[in-house]
Amino acid sequence: MAETPLPLEVRNLKKRFGDNEVLKGLSLEARQGDVISLIGASGSGKSTFLRCMNLLELPDEGDLIVHGESIRFKQTRRGREPADWKQVERIRAKLSMVFQSFNLWAHMTLLENVIEAPVHVLGKPKKEAVDHARSLLERVGLAERADYYPAQLSGGQQQRGAIARALAMEPEVMLFDEPTSALDPELVGDVLKVMRDLADEGRTMIVVTHEMGFARDVSSQVIYLHQGQVEEAGPPDQVLGNPRSERLKQFLAPKF
Amino acid sequence: MEQLNAWFTRLLADNEIFTAQTIGYYAHGLANTAQLVLLSLLIGLMLAVPLAIGRSSSRPWVKWPIFLYTYVFRGTPLLIQLYIIYYGVVFVDGIQDTWLWLILEKPFYPALIAFTLNTAAYTTEIFRGAIKATPKGEIEAARAYGMSQAKMLRRIVLPSAFRRALPAYGNEVIFMLHASAIASVVTIMDLTGAARFVYARFYAPFDAFLFVAAIYLCLTFGILYLFRYLEKRLLAHLKPQT
Repeated sequence: MAETPLPLEVRNLKKRFGDNEVLKGLSLEARQGDVISLIGASGSGKSTFLRCMNLLELPDEGDLIVHGESIRFKQTRRGREPADWKQVERIRAKLSMVFQSFNLWAHMTLLENVIEAPVHVLGKPKKEAVDHARSLLERVGLAERADYYPAQLSGGQQQRGAIARALAMEPEVMLFDEPTSALDPELVGDVLKVMRDLADEGRTMIVVTHEMGFARDVSSQVIYLHQGQVEEAGPPDQVLGNPRSERLKQFLAPKF
Repeated sequence: MEQLNAWFTRLLADNEIFTAQTIGYYAHGLANTAQLVLLSLLIGLMLAVPLAIGRSSSRPWVKWPIFLYTYVFRGTPLLIQLYIIYYGVVFVDGIQDTWLWLILEKPFYPALIAFTLNTAAYTTEIFRGAIKATPKGEIEAARAYGMSQAKMLRRIVLPSAFRRALPAYGNEVIFMLHASAIASVVTIMDLTGAARFVYARFYAPFDAFLFVAAIYLCLTFGILYLFRYLEKRLLAHLKPQT
């Protein structure tokens, strides 16, 4: 039976920083429409794991397969490196990332930020990209702010703009790296609402988050990492509602 | 033009120093200064961009020779650099038999070479600092969205760095204008050269030099204004809107 390839598959990923092994063999399978939440204490490796998925960090071992295409590696004196950076660039363009500190390009307006990669990486005609960008900005509630520079926007607006930038790539998978951690509490809600909408329309998302409410309500799968290993994984009501491991129980316990 | 000349002549009729002839010297000097400064800035800028990129490289055999160049040219007085090039080239064996001599025997070109190499060195370091100050997150975003190194440099790093470098580069342009005064010591009739000539002829230091100082002030004002305009347009993104 012919199967459609998974949007993203990670097999036995390992990553060391010097002598410190931060990821000790992690695997993950994202099916179309999955929302996978990665949770864990700081230092558990969840952000590094996410950053390995689009090779912002280079994993020392393990395989990455994006929509059936496996990233090729070669051994060099400096360690393992991608054999073909063109392939990496092509694959990165299919995995849009949303960063904790937004990372919008400061010298461009919001609209220019959103059309930049579609036009200059994907080679989309500019007019088409602008029309698409405007509809995306409308969707995240920033239609009025298209010609503002990032510095003129609040954190929440910048992050919603960054989500519009990610959507403009029409990505296979969206990677969120603690998207609400740098926001004032009253701004978190708007960003989470946009992310919920995306999950509802069947986007494949991998989300590193501290928002347990979001993980519980929206995820199809929750992975709890501890010291670079999967401590517990499964559907949210099982992992968050009925944790088995002592550590996860403690992690989830209300802190005062 | 003839009318203008007549008007000038009448205006200056009562004064011995600022005759149409000496004004002519100053005008000629202004043209020379403008030519020398603009050309050296333009060529210096074109050299500085690739040099700054190389200077920011992680490859030592690219980075260090450029550092050596900028260190030497920033570490020695411009006047000495001018002397070395202007007086020194004569002693290069056989140079007088080559086509190069046609260029180098006139004082203008040695001065242009010295000024260009000097401003290129400073500009390289200004740009290198600006490139280095590119926010890490913006570079990461560029990589995450599939940009190649070259595209990232062209679309993200350089546009952002040039804007950041603008105020410092404006200063460099003003420095260059003022440093060009030393061109007069190798017999170039630039603004300062004209002032020295007028001074020597009339033995009137205040008239000769205050007049030329006023011209430099006007030019500086023009440069300041130009960069203020550029900053207002290109640095809008750094100014939070209230």
